[in-house]
Order: sequence, then C-alpha cells, then structure tokens
Amino acid sequence: MKSLYGYINAREKVMKGVFIGSALFSVFALLSITVFLFWSGVPFIAKIGVGDFIFGTKWAPLADSPSYGILSMIVTTLYVTALSVILGVGIGLFTAICLYKFCPKKLVSPIRQMINLLAGIPSVIFGLFGMTLIVPFIRDYVSPTGVGYGILSASIVLAIMILPTIVSVSLDAMVSVPNTYFEGALALGATKEQTTFKVMLPAAKSGILAGVVLAIGRAIGETMAVIMVIGGSPEMPNSIFQSVRTMTANIAMGATELSGDALSALIATGVVLFVFTLLLNVSFSALKNNSVKKDRKKNKEKRYAKNK
Amino acid sequence: MRKINRHKSQIALYSSLKWISRICTAVSLVSLLAVVLYVLINGVDKLSIQLLFGEYGKYPSILPAFVGTLELVAVATIIAVPIGVASAIFLVEYTNNKSKIVKYIRVATETLAGIPSIVYGLFGYLVFVVLFGWGYSLLGGGLTLAIMILPVIVRSTEESLLAVPDGFREGAYALGTSKVRTIFKVVLPSASGGIVTAIILAIGRVVSESAVLILTIGMVVNKMPVSVMSPGTSLALDIYYFASYGYPDEAAATAVVLLIFVMILNLLATLVGKLLKKGTGEK
Repeated sequence: MKSLYGYINAREKVMKGVFIGSALFSVFALLSITVFLFWSGVPFIAKIGVGDFIFGTKWAPLADSPSYGILSMIVTTLYVTALSVILGVGIGLFTAICLYKFCPKKLVSPIRQMINLLAGIPSVIFGLFGMTLIVPFIRDYVSPTGVGYGILSASIVLAIMILPTIVSVSLDAMVSVPNTYFEGALALGATKEQTTFKVMLPAAKSGILAGVVLAIGRAIGETMAVIMVIGGSPEMPNSIFQSVRTMTANIAMGATELSGDALSALIATGVVLFVFTLLLNVSFSALKNNSVKKDRKKNKEKRYAKNK
Repeated sequence: MRKINRHKSQIALYSSLKWISRICTAVSLVSLLAVVLYVLINGVDKLSIQLLFGEYGKYPSILPAFVGTLELVAVATIIAVPIGVASAIFLVEYTNNKSKIVKYIRVATETLAGIPSIVYGLFGYLVFVVLFGWGYSLLGGGLTLAIMILPVIVRSTEESLLAVPDGFREGAYALGTSKVRTIFKVVLPSASGGIVTAIILAIGRVVSESAVLILTIGMVVNKMPVSVMSPGTSLALDIYYFASYGYPDEAAATAVVLLIFVMILNLLATLVGKLLKKGTGEK
C-alpha cells in the first residue's frame, strides 16, 4: 500500500516540477531576449557614443566613413505612431460609443464579430493594401510633391490596422461600467447622449486608456505594414509626403544585406525600440493596476454601504 | 430663457456627437472591409495552377511557401503548446496569485506579449542564426515564433482553466483523486474548448507573421526546403517578396490565399468555442 502512495507522491512532485519549469520558461525567455539584445547592441552604442547614435541625424552605414545616427528614424517612428493613434483612436472610440448605445441592438453582435475577425488580418496584407491602393491614391490626388510613400500613407494603414484593437478594448471598458450610472444620469434629466458622453465615457476612462497604450505599442512595433508604404530613405521627415524610414523598417530593410558594424547598428536600433516598448509596457501595467485598485475601492465602498 | 437656450444647444451638441459616432462606425467598417474586399477582388483572377502548385522555375510558385508555413506551424505549436498549457496550469492550479514567483511570471508573459515582432526576429537571428550556427533555418524561425505565441497560449489557457467550476475539482478530490490526476482527467477535458481555440488563434498568428521571419528563415522563395534546417519562406513572406521585387500580380494572388487561410482559422476558432460551449451546456 505504501509503495502506491510513494508512487503517486513522486508523480505529483515530478508533474509540479514540470509545471513550474514551464511557467518559468517565460521568465527565462524574456531574460535571454533582454540579455542577448543588450549584450550585442549596447557595446556598439557605447563605441559610437550614446549622443551620436540617438541624436545623430545621418545614417550611412556603407559610406567610407560610416555614420550611424538614428534620430531621423526615432522622429519618424514617433510621427507615424502619433498620427496613426490619433486617427485610429478618434474613429475607433466613436465606433465603440456607437456600438455601445447608438446602434440597433441586432447589429451590435454581428458588427463586433466582424471586427474581431478583421483583427486577425495579417499585417503584410495591410501593407499590400496600402502599397497598391493608398500610396497611388495619395500620389495622384493628395500629395503636393507627387510622392505617395511616406508618413501619411503609413499612418492611414496603421490606423486601420489598430482599429479593431481600440474598438474592442474600449467597448469592453464601457460595457463594464455599471448600468446604474446610466440610469442615475437619466433620472437626473440628462439625455441619453449627454449621459453616454459625460458619464459613461469618463467612467470607462482607465480601460480606454489601456486600449490606447496597447494600440501605441502595436503602432510602434509594426514592421511589415509600414515597410511597404513608408518609402525607406533614411532622411529627416520634413513633410508627411516624403520617403522616410522608421526604426522597425530600418532593422528589416538592412538585416538581409548588412554585416559587421552596420549589423550591430541594426541590433542597437532594436535595443532602442525594445526600451521604448518596455517603457510602454510599464505604463500599461501601471494603468491597469490603477484601474484594478479603483475597482477594489469601489467594491469596498459598496460593501461598506451595504453593511450600514 | 438664456438657460433654456443653453440647454437646448447642449442637447444639440451631444446629439450631433451621436451622429459623428455613427459616421465613424461606418468609416471603420468600410475601411476594414475595403482591405479584405480589395485584396480578394484584386487577387482572385490572378490565381493560377502554376502559382499554386507549379515548380518554381521560370514562373514563381508558392509551393515552397506552403511547405515552409506548415513546418513553421508544426515547430512553433509543438514547442509552445505544451509549455504554454503547462505554465497556465501552474498559474491557475498551484498558486493563489500572491506569491512573488507568480508575479514575476505574469510580468514576464505580459512583457513578452508587448515586444515588437521585429525584436523577436533580431533575437532569433542572434541566437539561432549566429550563436548556434544554424544559418537561416525554418527550425530557428519556428522556435522564435514559439516564444512569440507563448503569451497568447498562456493567457487564453489560463482563462479557460479559470472558467472550470471549482466544484469539479472538489468533487474529484472528494473521490480521492490526486491533484495531477484531477488536472489531467477533470480540469483539462472541461477546459479543452478554450485551449483548442487558443491554439488555433496562435496558429493564425504564426501564419500571418512575417517580420520575424525575414531575420530568421532567410526569405529563400525559389527553393523547396529539404528539411527543417534549410532556409525557406512562408506565405506571408512571399507576399512581401513578390510585392517588393516586382511581381505585383503574384503578390495579389498570394494575398488571397493567405487571407482565406487566416479567415478559415479564425472562423474555426469561433466555431470550436461555440460548439464546446453548447456541449458543456453553458449559454
């Protein structure tokens, strides 16, 4: 009898060990990604000089006296991200609001499902769409310089790409606001529209913000959709109709052709991008914790009121 | 009187906002549908037998990409699914959310989910191509993708494990079943729907990923991969290659194939979720 227990106990322990090991794999993976990137990228940044690398405006890795400045790409990345997030959040948030209250109930669920389905479209297809439709359109009808590639095209493509994320996250945030808020405001004589925009929207603020941060992360890190519509010249952006290059595009375009120091420069670009996304992640979890804490506080107050 | 006027103008303002929101909904639906329909309509008449199944010779073919994509999916899921499911089991069944180790694991998974794919690509390049000396290989690409889809699998498996009622576990314990046996015989089967959905969605991500692959599998579009160690290509990567190197028709046609694949995977995920919900009697 004892031996059976011993067998079961041993099995329990082994399996627990396997589960813990697998769970720790994520930590291990994250650590090794960080270590490998920094280990291969930071010495290069140190060699060039932090200032020259981040604030240098000239990128010419193959020149006789090569220079590796990525300021123009950082600026482009920020431009593209800002513009696409403004576009995407503006339209996406209003879409969520409409689906929340101003849309026939029967349509809501099919529209949601469709948007979720569209969230799975591969980024390279967005890139192709941008390359064959948006870029020629902007070149022929919008751009004053006759260049279709550039920040505007990339931002439009990215904005469409992040729409599903924003819509579903903000809709979830608004749905989770207690309905009593809505009824309370109506009882005070506010119209349905006033209630939605002045009561429900502020109440869902932290959830919506988390969605925005998520969208920013996607926009900063997107490579394929951008690379196909941004043009690719490593120049300082002076206009939104000009061939430029983001950090992600820089890595993807150079990776197959460069070697030696130039390749290290790409890895260093990856380090900068990585740091950007880490910062975003930190602010995202701070936001999330904040909203969780608020919810807990609310629940506590509720319980307190009940006990009274 | 003035107050009433202000009130009226406010009401007008907000109802105009309502109309703006409706217009925005139309804009977002139209733009998303435009992407799908444009790609489908633009590419469907450019499909040809040669492109789909022919040998890559004078004319391009996506047969190597089919094989490459399948190998990538196989490698990535074989590695990521067991590890992901096991770590979700640890997080849900063995911990109470308070220990430090769980906090670290959660932070790690969340951070992994936020890393841009091109950074994964650089990592895969540094480790598999350079450090291990494999050169560009499908295996290296698949392993990198496995790390990338790990957070997706962990998170959704966690959710479906949490959805299993505690009564199931308690019932099993009451019958004298050990913990591991309970997990494998009771918890996992009742959570299987969610886990299968998670795996299908993860496969969808592997199929649609391309930035990682540029750096890890080498974008060799014209050669059939001999083994998992040989460089290769995938459907998504083929689209980029065709579009950037002067084969616009082929790019459009390949996009149709990829889009249909991804749509089928997504529909399958929704369907499996619905079917299994029905099976367990949930509404």
